Amino acid sequence: MTALSMSSPRSIAWPAILKEAAITAFVALLLTIPLVGLRTVDRPTGLGLETRWAEVAAAVGLVFLGRLGLCLIRDGQPTVVLVLAAVATAAGFFIKMPTEALRVILIAGGAIIAIRAVIAIRTGRSKLSQAERDQRMDRIAAKVQHASRWLGPIAVVVALAFPLTPLADRQLLDIGILLLTYIMLGWGLNIVVGLAGLLDLGYVAFYAVGAYSYALLAHYFGLSFWLCLPLAGLLAAGSGVLLGFPVLRLRGDYFAIVTLGFGEIIRIILVNWYQFTGGPNGISGIPRPSFFGLADFVRSPPEGTLAFHEMFGLEFSPLHRIVFLYYLILALSLVVNLFTLRIRKLPLGRAWEALREDDIACASLGINRTNMKLAAFAIAAMFGGFAGSFFATRQGFISPESFTFIESAIILAIVVLGGMGSQIGVVVATLLVIGLPEAFRELADYRMLAFGMGMVLIMLWRPRGLLAHRDPTILLYGRNGKGTGGAAAGTAAAGGQGIAGGRAK
Amino acid sequence: MEYFLQQLINGISLGAIYGLIAIGYTMVYGIIGMINFAHGEIYMIGAFVALITFLALGALGITWVPLALVVMLAASMLFTAVYGWTVERIAYRPLRNSPKLAPLISAIGISIFLQNYVQILQGARSKPLQPILPGNLTLMDGAVSVSYVRLATIIITVALMYGFTQLITRTSLGRAQRACEQDKKMAALLGVDVDRIISLTFVMGAALAAVAGMMVLLIYGVIDFYIGFLAGVKAFTAAVLGGIGSLPGAMLGGVVIGLIEAFWSGYMGSEWKDVATFTILVLVLIFRPTGLLGRPEIEKV
Repeated sequence: MTALSMSSPRSIAWPAILKEAAITAFVALLLTIPLVGLRTVDRPTGLGLETRWAEVAAAVGLVFLGRLGLCLIRDGQPTVVLVLAAVATAAGFFIKMPTEALRVILIAGGAIIAIRAVIAIRTGRSKLSQAERDQRMDRIAAKVQHASRWLGPIAVVVALAFPLTPLADRQLLDIGILLLTYIMLGWGLNIVVGLAGLLDLGYVAFYAVGAYSYALLAHYFGLSFWLCLPLAGLLAAGSGVLLGFPVLRLRGDYFAIVTLGFGEIIRIILVNWYQFTGGPNGISGIPRPSFFGLADFVRSPPEGTLAFHEMFGLEFSPLHRIVFLYYLILALSLVVNLFTLRIRKLPLGRAWEALREDDIACASLGINRTNMKLAAFAIAAMFGGFAGSFFATRQGFISPESFTFIESAIILAIVVLGGMGSQIGVVVATLLVIGLPEAFRELADYRMLAFGMGMVLIMLWRPRGLLAHRDPTILLYGRNGKGTGGAAAGTAAAGGQGIAGGRAK
Repeated sequence: MEYFLQQLINGISLGAIYGLIAIGYTMVYGIIGMINFAHGEIYMIGAFVALITFLALGALGITWVPLALVVMLAASMLFTAVYGWTVERIAYRPLRNSPKLAPLISAIGISIFLQNYVQILQGARSKPLQPILPGNLTLMDGAVSVSYVRLATIIITVALMYGFTQLITRTSLGRAQRACEQDKKMAALLGVDVDRIISLTFVMGAALAAVAGMMVLLIYGVIDFYIGFLAGVKAFTAAVLGGIGSLPGAMLGGVVIGLIEAFWSGYMGSEWKDVATFTILVLVLIFRPTGLLGRPEIEKV
C-alpha cells in the first residue's frame, strides 16, 4: 500500500538531482583520471604511459547513474529505481565492460541500489537512521549473545567432530586450522582491547616472539615443541611486561602508537639480526610436534621409537598430523576462551571491565591501574606467544614476512568487527574476515581490495561491531532477577547499577 | 665537520618531508580525534600522481623543467586532495558519532584498499625515474654538497609552511578551523559549517602530503605502492613526538625524526635507524607524555 502512495507523483526536482549526480560524477572523474586512465608501464626505454579512457568513461558513467538512482529513491521514486537497478544488475552479466572489475562494480552497485529501493518501498523512507539500524542489530546481537549459551557448546561439538567426518580433507582441515589460529589470536587480543579497553596495534609482536622462541630454541638447543610451548608463552609474556611497564601510563592513542612502534621494532630486529634469526630468509626446518612427546607422525620411525600409527594400530596416513594439529589449536583456543569467560567473574576481570568503562573512577576506588593493565597485557601476550609457537610448528618455516603490521591490523579488525568484548563476535568476524577471502581465492589480486572495502562497509553499517552487546558480566540482582530472553539490557537498567561497568552503553 | 653538515642537511630535508605528512595527521587528530591511518596511502598516491603527471608532460613534449615541476606540484596537490576529500566523505563522515575505534578500523580498511588499488592499476614493481633536477650546490670548497632537489625540498617546505601558517592564523577559514578544533558544538552554534571545515582539513592535509610524495619521488627517484605505510607510521610518530594536535609540533617532530634517521644512518649504518626512531619516541613519551610541544591533557571526570 505504502508503495502506491509513495510512487504517487511528487514533483521531482530534476535540475537539483542532475546537478548532484553531475558533481559526484565529476569527483569520480578527478579520482580516475590519473590512476585509472593513465597507467605507467615498463618500456625498454624507461617508464611509459598507457591510456585507458574507456575505463574512466565507464566508471564515471556508473557513478553518475548510481547517484541518480539514490537521489530518485530519496525523492520518492523507489519503484522505478528498483526496476532499473534490477535491469542494470542483470545487464551486468551480459554486456561487455572494459574490465572485469567494472562489471563487478556494475552488478554489486546495481544490487545495492535495488536493496535500498526495496527498503524504501517497505518502510516508506529512503533510509533508516543510524539509531534504528543500531536498535535492530542490537536486538539480534542480544539474541545471539543469549543463544551463545547453547550455541557455544554445539559449535565446540561440531568443531570436535569435524575431522572425523568424511568431509574433512586436507584443504578444509588447513582452512580450519587457519581459522582457529585467528580465533585464538582474536580472543587473546580481546583481553586487552575488549576487556581492558587498551588499543594495542602491535599484537603481532607477541605472536612473533612466540614463533621465534620455539623456532630458535628448537634450532639451537633441540628442545621439543612440548617443552617450548610454555617457554614461548613465558617469553612472550615477559616481553609484554617489558614493553608494558614503561608505556602503560600513556593514554589512548599514544599507547596505540607505541605498541605499533614496538611491533615494528620486533620485526626489524628479526630482519636485521640475521646471524641469530636468519634475517629475511627466516628459519626453515622447524620440527613438527610429536604426539605429546610419545610418538612421531612418520611412516617409518627411527629404531627404538614408536610412530603414532603403530601406537594405535592404524594405517599410516599423512592426515593424522594435520588432524592432530587441528585438535591442538582447537584445544589452545578453547583454553583462551575458557580463561576469558572465567576471569571476567574474578576480581581481576571485573577490574579490567571497570577500567574500560572509567579509568578515573577505578583509580579513585583504589584499583592499581598499572598492575591491572600490565596483567591484561602480559596474559594476552602469553596467549599470542602460544599461538605463535603453534604457527611455527605448523608451518615448519617462519620469516619476518609473516609478522607485519597488516597482521596486527587484521587481528584488531577481527576484534572490533565482531564487537569488542564479545567472544562469539570474534568467531563470527573471523569467519567473515579470514574465511570469506579464503573461499574466494580465485579472485587473487582483487581479494585484498575487497577485504579493505569490506572492512569499511561493515564499520559503516555497524560501527560498534557486528555483535556488540555490552552486557555487564555481573549484575547486582542477578541475570534472572527480572525476566529472561534478550531483556538483559533491561535488567541492567532495572537492577540499577551493574557492578562491573554499569549500564550497557 | 663536513660529514656532520652533510648529514644535517640530509636530515633536515628528510624531516621536512615527514613534517609535511605529519601536519595531515595532527590536523585531523586535532579536529576529530582520530588516527587517519590512510594518510600514508594518500601520500603514496601523491607520489604516483606526480610521476604520472611528469610522464604525461613528457609525452606531450613539455620538457622545460621549471614548468614541469610547477605542473607536477599543482596536479598532484589537486588530484590527491580529491582523494583525501573522498576518503573522508565515504569512510569517516558517517562514523562521526561512533565509538572511537570504528573510524580507526575504517581507516585501516581504506589503507588496505588504496594500497591494493594502486598495486592493481599501476603494477607492483617499483617505478624508477631518471633525475629531473640533477646537479649539486657545493659549499665549503666542495666538502659539502647539497643536491638542488634537497634544496628545493627545504625551500618549498618553508614556503608552504609560511603560507599555511598564514592560512591558519589569519584567514577566516583558519579561524573556523581552530574554533572547530576547540569546540565543535559551539562553533556550529556560531554559524561555522563544521562538516565543511572537516572536509577542508582533509583536503589541506592531503595536498601537503602530495607535496611530500612528489619530493620523495624527486629525491629518491623510485616509488612503489608500499611506500605509504612506513612513511605514514614515521610521520605519525613525528606528530606524536611534537605533541599531537600542534602544527609547529608536527613540523618540529618531523625534523627531529629526520635528523635522528640521517645521523643514525650516517654514523651507525642504516639497518637500525627505524629502531632508533621508535626508541626515541618511546623515551620522549615516557618523560613528556604529551610530546614536545603538546599541551597537557586535562582529565575530566
